[in-house]
Amino acid sequence: MGKRVGIEVSIAAADAVGMADVDLVAAYPITPQTHIVEHLSELVANGHLDAEFIPVESEHSAMSVCCGSSAMGARTFTCTSSQGLALMNEIVFIAASLRLPIVMILANRSLSGPLSIWNDHTDVMSVRDCGWIQVFTETGQEVFDHVMWAFRVAESQKVSLPVIVNMDGFILTHVIEPIEYWDPDQVKQYLPNFDPLNVLDPAKPTSVGAFGMPGIYTEAKMAQNEALLQSKPEIIKAWKELGDLTGRHYNPVETYKSEDAETVFLTMGSIGDTVAMAVDELREQGEAAGLIKLRLWRPFPFDELRQAAQGAKRIIVIDRAISYGGPGGPVASEIRSSFYNEDNMPVVTNFICGLAGRDVTPTDYIAMYEQSAAMAKGKVRQEDYVFYGVRE
Amino acid sequence: MVKKVKSETELSWKDLEVGCVISDPGNASQYKTGDWRSMRPVVDKSKCIRCGVCYIFCPDMAIHKTDENYFEASLYYCKGCGICAQECFTGCIVMVPEEE
Repeated sequence: MGKRVGIEVSIAAADAVGMADVDLVAAYPITPQTHIVEHLSELVANGHLDAEFIPVESEHSAMSVCCGSSAMGARTFTCTSSQGLALMNEIVFIAASLRLPIVMILANRSLSGPLSIWNDHTDVMSVRDCGWIQVFTETGQEVFDHVMWAFRVAESQKVSLPVIVNMDGFILTHVIEPIEYWDPDQVKQYLPNFDPLNVLDPAKPTSVGAFGMPGIYTEAKMAQNEALLQSKPEIIKAWKELGDLTGRHYNPVETYKSEDAETVFLTMGSIGDTVAMAVDELREQGEAAGLIKLRLWRPFPFDELRQAAQGAKRIIVIDRAISYGGPGGPVASEIRSSFYNEDNMPVVTNFICGLAGRDVTPTDYIAMYEQSAAMAKGKVRQEDYVFYGVRE
Repeated sequence: MVKKVKSETELSWKDLEVGCVISDPGNASQYKTGDWRSMRPVVDKSKCIRCGVCYIFCPDMAIHKTDENYFEASLYYCKGCGICAQECFTGCIVMVPEEE
């Protein structure tokens, strides 16, 4: 068993990347991700980590370097937030289509404007359809574990896809938590050496990133989508083995008091803990409330979600981003799709809250629960989403 | 990009290499760009001085030297851009519309 230490989550995340024996890090510092990149550069500069650290001039270059590095067969890591992700956007999509198993921590922060450095999920939702495996974490320990898990899944020859590990900016990045570090033996056991499917090698030339005509593009996209769908068994297997190794068990969809719940909250990321407190309070009041936490965002766990919400009459989806002019929050949109055409389709009410780091407390979630119940007495259409707490 | 030599419209998504990597470099030579063409270069050998300016300017390297030291375009690759006709000193190359 590993050593338990009280440490800032960003530093622990960087240590986890170091323990995974990464070969190359290319990143540009941006709040609130900065401490991760700073600590990795320290590890390399002090000789504690035998890796290339490339201090690029922009995030577009960071992801470009990562593509080249991963195509060379090097274990590759980067890390960004918000505007940085927006700037690297072009290459994010390319990394997935080239099937390059890059691991990226995304310290979630709102997109400008207004310019904001605080936490929500507007950044990651801008790359919802980028083709990467995308996972959300709730605690520092989960971040540490998911760094190992991400390399393991990404580099599996059955997967060969990049992975985004989402961690909420400030709420996770800047907090000091007790985190159990893995033993080097555990890392060795869990994470095999990177054995890539294709390697750029002058002795055996290949071309990467070629042109695709209309006659082949659709087939290329079908193959890419199929690869993402087929990654799920490996994702689950890697979680199972992580559980066997550490005693911490992760699943695509996780639940809290949802078994007999008539109304369930649905969350992603660190707010799960706060909503759980609201659920406890509601249970004390005699309400049949529960919580479903979506850990895996892509590939989307349709079956697990339907299973977890079985029996629920109402789902309160908490979104931390908005699809302007669309059906409210991007998570709610997916949840409605999951249940469309199902028998006993639950009523989905959608609350957009916690934008740009605005505090949302258990009391607020109880207020949402009550508002949702009132809404459910009438017909709830998809455009009936609520900006919770907005001043009129 | 492909495992088997098939034309791009015969390939299924399962035929593609992971990440569409091209494992046999240079296979672009199999790619028939000639079917983009709407105009075809026709050479009047009586005017041709065999200078090779068409060969130099062809952006697709579709023009080659014949055994008689004339220059002609391979219609497998020629896209019919007309640059050879534009550059020809003697006007011996004329672009002729392709017929159905």
